[in-house]
Amino acid sequence: MRPRPVQDVSELPTYGFGSTSPIWWGTLGFVALEGTGFALAIGAYLYLWQVNSQWPLSVASPNHWPGTVMLIVLLASIWPNLLAERAARAEDLPNTRLWLIVMSAIGVLAVAIRGWEFAHMNIRWDSNAYGSIVWFILGLHATHLITDLGDTIVLAVLMFTRHVTGKRYSDVSDNAFYWYFVVASWVPLWALLYGVPRL
Amino acid sequence: MSTQAATHDLRDTHLDDAELHARLTRTWRTGPSLIARLSSVDHKVVGRRYILTAFFFLCLGGLSAVAMRLQLARPEAKLLGPDLYNQLFTMHGTTMMFLFAVPVMEAFAVYLVPLMLGTRNIAFPRLNAFSYWVYLSGGIFLWASFMLKVGPDVGWFAYTPLSGPDFSPGKRVDVWAQMITFTEVSALAVAVEIIVTTFKQRAPGMTLDRIPLFVWSMLVTSFLIIFAMPAVMVASTMLILDRLVGTHFFNPAEGGDALLWQHLFWFFGHPEVYIIFIPATGMVSSIIVTFSRRPAFGYLALVLSIIAVGFLSFGLWVHHMFVTGLPQLGNAFFTASSMLIAIPNGIQIFCWLAALWNGRPVFKTPLLFVLGFFFIFIIGGMSGVMVASVPIDTQVHDTYFVVAHFHYVLIGGAVFPLLGAVYYWFPKITGRILSERMGQWNFWLAFIGFNVAFFPMHILGLQGMPRRVYTYLPEMGWGSLNMLATVGALILFISFLLLLINVIGSASRGVPAGDNPWDAGTLEWATTSPPQPYNFSRIPFVTHHEPLWDNRESLPVITGLSVESREIVSGTLTEAYPEIRESSPEPSLWPLLAALAVGGTFLGSIFTPWAVVWGSIPVAITLIAWFWPKGTPEDEK
Repeated sequence: MRPRPVQDVSELPTYGFGSTSPIWWGTLGFVALEGTGFALAIGAYLYLWQVNSQWPLSVASPNHWPGTVMLIVLLASIWPNLLAERAARAEDLPNTRLWLIVMSAIGVLAVAIRGWEFAHMNIRWDSNAYGSIVWFILGLHATHLITDLGDTIVLAVLMFTRHVTGKRYSDVSDNAFYWYFVVASWVPLWALLYGVPRL
Repeated sequence: MSTQAATHDLRDTHLDDAELHARLTRTWRTGPSLIARLSSVDHKVVGRRYILTAFFFLCLGGLSAVAMRLQLARPEAKLLGPDLYNQLFTMHGTTMMFLFAVPVMEAFAVYLVPLMLGTRNIAFPRLNAFSYWVYLSGGIFLWASFMLKVGPDVGWFAYTPLSGPDFSPGKRVDVWAQMITFTEVSALAVAVEIIVTTFKQRAPGMTLDRIPLFVWSMLVTSFLIIFAMPAVMVASTMLILDRLVGTHFFNPAEGGDALLWQHLFWFFGHPEVYIIFIPATGMVSSIIVTFSRRPAFGYLALVLSIIAVGFLSFGLWVHHMFVTGLPQLGNAFFTASSMLIAIPNGIQIFCWLAALWNGRPVFKTPLLFVLGFFFIFIIGGMSGVMVASVPIDTQVHDTYFVVAHFHYVLIGGAVFPLLGAVYYWFPKITGRILSERMGQWNFWLAFIGFNVAFFPMHILGLQGMPRRVYTYLPEMGWGSLNMLATVGALILFISFLLLLINVIGSASRGVPAGDNPWDAGTLEWATTSPPQPYNFSRIPFVTHHEPLWDNRESLPVITGLSVESREIVSGTLTEAYPEIRESSPEPSLWPLLAALAVGGTFLGSIFTPWAVVWGSIPVAITLIAWFWPKGTPEDEK
């Protein structure tokens, strides 16, 4: 069929931030499906809690301090994360580099805290169903910490190469967006893992 | 530098057709070498592979069904032993659900959605290629295990405690659980791609109320996948952990609970039915619009019905668990919601009937399959309302009545529309039309064969014949109806052979299709058959939900895109107002290598949990290499 030009898009930019960027929507899609995974894991925890008369099963409640330190660190990380996102949106290379490095360091710290946390749950995964679901939930969240850390480090390194373009800044802001999800998901998980055993 | 920049920035605005074609082809094509083919990220190439692979698994699943039917044709037959029979019904169900039904629907979407939306590639095309390789690996893994006599044998839903470490030692269930991980990873990836393609890459002017109904159906399906499939991944991961590292999720002796499995599985498993059925409704809508020669009757009602079905599908899962002794109030709720979902489904059927009533229907093969769908699916829906009732369900649970019901729903509701879709879109994909005469034979054999095979199963179920038995005694009196069902199954099988012959013959000798052989209205018919690597030489501008019927003489288009690098238009969510000229990734071998690394990790994990730790290294390397910019024009914007 004969084409009839009605609109010209040649002046449009080649990248955008936030909901303009398809990658942002892709990230949101993965946040939705991973969030569903967390919600189902929480559901499984509550289900097991309901079917057992005693909870936690024949062990002491977990030491909440490592998890609480994690909560504080993650909530505090919102600030540098916001600065990384702002620097990326402003295409401010020195600050983008700086805050990506800071966020990488925070990621390493969070992974280390998670190791400490596993050791203070007072239970192994193979002791009973309580131990299994606790390790499952911590492990699921740890996977998110580790993948986001990997992503952040790769982007930090990229910002020191010749590949710094507009789109890279957009990637940095999407990565910051994902970190909010990693932080936000820990709040209900923390309340669940350390609150329910004390009910 | 300036000349290079100028070359990289050449736009389509002032190019004539021949030069535009030459340059766009060079930019978008998949090269002829093996490496280039394995690196392809063209949604049409990947979509075609997906479709062919899914149909290959349909063959395997179908052959396992034929073997079971031959065994059941007579009482006390000796063709298959109980162990092989257990593996076969598990392989049949698992293959049909995870390797055929869901992937084939996503496959059609991968091929068609970008064309229907008027864009040049799917969103995240490398993820798309990756998802195909992961899916293929999962399918090969399952069937290779079966050939090695470690095929899973615990049913497609692998209930605990049967599937747990105490009652299923060995690797069979591990194979099943990891196959789930493979196929769900791939399905989830495609779901995200389809959502983002639909949200962001619609041709300018394609507001929400101009989205083709097939795309709406795939959009809703993708949301179902995103919210349902994590449940089966969580469940199968817990199962494999119970089996391999001694967790106790499903072990009642240590505080676990076997019914937790059923809840998680059916929280996925019921939406799964709609993940298969909703795309089929999109196919039905496309075919009905084209062959009734009028725009959809009740476009808004159809869209809202699909969305309503999507929501309601999450409130039905307990109706698979009526005999597990759950509280009556819960059962009553799920009975009510199971009946409620009949309402939006009914609205859709009445809209389609109204379109046919009010149009000038052309009874070609695609429409015949849609009419077959009405007949069969409505029977399946009616037996569905029956089993939604707890007392009836308690009577017929685990009998052939249920087997009859869900085959009426799934084959009637999904396979018949799918076969209609094959006849409908084959000309677009291959450039040639399938033989109409063989198509009519195909339809009637499938229709008669299906009903002869499955209708008797209602009666067998009411007579008390249980599912999943490898044989029965002559005194039960089930012999003649079983023989009849087997004869029907063979007729159905022949109808598929006919389809295969038709496809092979017509692909090389069929009547050339031209761009739009059915005079259809949606955008995939605005381009050549098969489409060029770049889909559209200029991106269309959409003015109606049947754009080609609204613009008979000329097609409004937009200009200004690069011809030297892969560029697509990305726009706003509701209005599809163009926002950016987004680059689309160029071909890469890394998605294949990443899929191999992921597949190797999954495979290793059934032998040692350390495989996950060691496997993460090649996975990380391949993923980083995949994302690392290569200095191409697409990377440097």
